[in-house]
Amino acid sequence: MSSPALVRHPEDSMPATAIATAGPAPVVTPPAPPASFGTLALRWYRLNRAGLRATAIGIISLLAFLLVWHLLTTYRVVFFVRFTNVPSPLAVYASFTKAMHDPKFLMHILLSCRRIFIGFSLAAIIGVPLGLIMGRFKLVHEIIFPVAEVLRPIPAIAWVPMAIMLWPTNEQSIVFITFLGSFFPILVNTLHGMSLVDPVLVRAAQCLGARERSIFREVYFPASLPHIFTGLTVGMGVAWVSLIAAEMISGQYGIGYFTWEAYSLVQYADIALGMIAIGVLGLGSSLLIRGAGQLVMPWRST
Amino acid sequence: MSEMPANASKGHIEVRSFSLAYETIEGPVQAVADTQIHVKPGEFVSIVGPSGCGKSTLLNAVAGFLKPTTGMVTVDGERVSGPSAERGMVFQQYSLFPWKTVRENVEFGLKMRGMPRSQRERAARTLLGLAGLEAFEKHYPEKLSGGMKQRVGIVRALATGPKVLLLDEPFGALDAQTRVIMQQILTNMWQRLKISVLFVTHDIDEAIFLSDRVYCMTARPGSIKAEIPIPLERPRQQSMMMSSEFLALRRGLMSLIREESLKAMGGEINDMGMQGLNIELHGHSLADVI
Ligand SMILES: Nc1ncnc2c1ncn2[C@@H]1O[C@H](COP(=O)(O)OP(=O)(O)OP(=O)(O)O)[C@@H](O)[C@H]1O
Ligand SMILES: [Mg+2]
Repeated sequence: MSSPALVRHPEDSMPATAIATAGPAPVVTPPAPPASFGTLALRWYRLNRAGLRATAIGIISLLAFLLVWHLLTTYRVVFFVRFTNVPSPLAVYASFTKAMHDPKFLMHILLSCRRIFIGFSLAAIIGVPLGLIMGRFKLVHEIIFPVAEVLRPIPAIAWVPMAIMLWPTNEQSIVFITFLGSFFPILVNTLHGMSLVDPVLVRAAQCLGARERSIFREVYFPASLPHIFTGLTVGMGVAWVSLIAAEMISGQYGIGYFTWEAYSLVQYADIALGMIAIGVLGLGSSLLIRGAGQLVMPWRST
Repeated sequence: MSEMPANASKGHIEVRSFSLAYETIEGPVQAVADTQIHVKPGEFVSIVGPSGCGKSTLLNAVAGFLKPTTGMVTVDGERVSGPSAERGMVFQQYSLFPWKTVRENVEFGLKMRGMPRSQRERAARTLLGLAGLEAFEKHYPEKLSGGMKQRVGIVRALATGPKVLLLDEPFGALDAQTRVIMQQILTNMWQRLKISVLFVTHDIDEAIFLSDRVYCMTARPGSIKAEIPIPLERPRQQSMMMSSEFLALRRGLMSLIREESLKAMGGEINDMGMQGLNIELHGHSLADVI
């Protein structure tokens, strides 16, 4: 107990001496008077100073990045790397406004998102339960783990030819590669989470009358959630990497294909546009997962 | 407490010709040997002993987490074969579920028993109120102080109305002030519930202050070296710790434990091959240092 004021004893059977030794008498704080708007704003500023500072510096640094980009491309700097053909930020912006009115560009983006959604969801739906079961039942672990360990180091891109042979359509093979990319990080992190579950919590549940099934649901699963979400975040990142690679190699649609096609068609501004779109989509999807994590694990948010 | 089933005349723990060896690479490690203890219904019994003598081992066997190598553990004549809600346990490490609020933690045992939500919410609130914790029912354990966590732990263990309560150095990590308050709270709850308590501690004052009887264990392999009745009258107050009666009990227990601690430490020091350093480690000189 950090503060003696928090100790309350409704039972009168407690000897007064015990309370006397517990520390000084509880300090009663008077209710704060209603604050004016000015003081509220000041308080908000004090509490959020660190966050505001980070935001301000972040914006400045992004602007500086754009400025450097602009200068390097306007003066066509050649210094080891060649900025001769690199599009300027303004050119990219122009092609962005054009693309926003182009249904084809939006379709590329939507298709990529759909592939990510299907591939990643499948990976999560299979990877998380499999990890939980492998973590709990030794036999399943012993059977599946060696296979997973052999397949895991193969990068998803190396699967492209095999995927094309395995699946009847291109679409399916791309989704399959996206799935593979996110599956292993999700599985491995879930397993890791299971192996770190505090045995004292399992014992505590057991002597409160919990049986195997309840222990699984009430202890192992929630205890592994932080690691499951780490796996989902990493898995989402790898899913994008795999998707873009697969689209560049074998796609006919998708933002990865769009970027590669822009290069073949010598539309340099579109290359940068495709790259930025991939970055924004990747960032957005990992933010979504983080948000979901905070919803599912309210005890972790401060 | 009206919600609680009266456990008077229930909760008779008996441990007979008990021994327990851990299997290790180097062969079996005898942790506890040839031990008899018992706790009468409604009695408060403590176990003290030097570090590593097997106190936790004994308690975990009573809880049902460990199987005795020989002998047996019974509660009310029934053989203990595994953990059960009949034997509540409070651990030294805070063992609240971090993903459950204080009230959900307290409700856990009732939920496992299939009690409907509204009913167990009401029961949990009442219990938290008795422990002075109702204002914290919606908090997650992470935000609580150590003393509050252990109070919630005790309330959680008592919520299902167990016959016996087992505590393994529950206040070991708390500061002295908080410890005193926790001892009072535990005494209060025990007296209201008339439940049997088996309490492991290394703090001699705590053992005397709380208990009806104290078992003192020998160094590993642990067995019972002495059984000391504590005839101090109840309700006990902090001021009693200065009384000559208390101090006499304390002196007695202290010398018993010291003997065993020296044995335990002497053994360890020999194990480490310290004699090679040519340091004289006779019992006497070591005792003087400590
Ligand atoms: N799983 C285990 N495998 C092997 N030996 C063990 C195991 N658990 C405990 N021991 C040994 O058994 C002995 C008794 O351990 P136990 O934890 O019961 O002691 P303790 O009296 O509770 O000690 P402490 O006061 O430090 O909590 C110790 O010497 C310990 O090293
Ligand atoms: Mg111990």
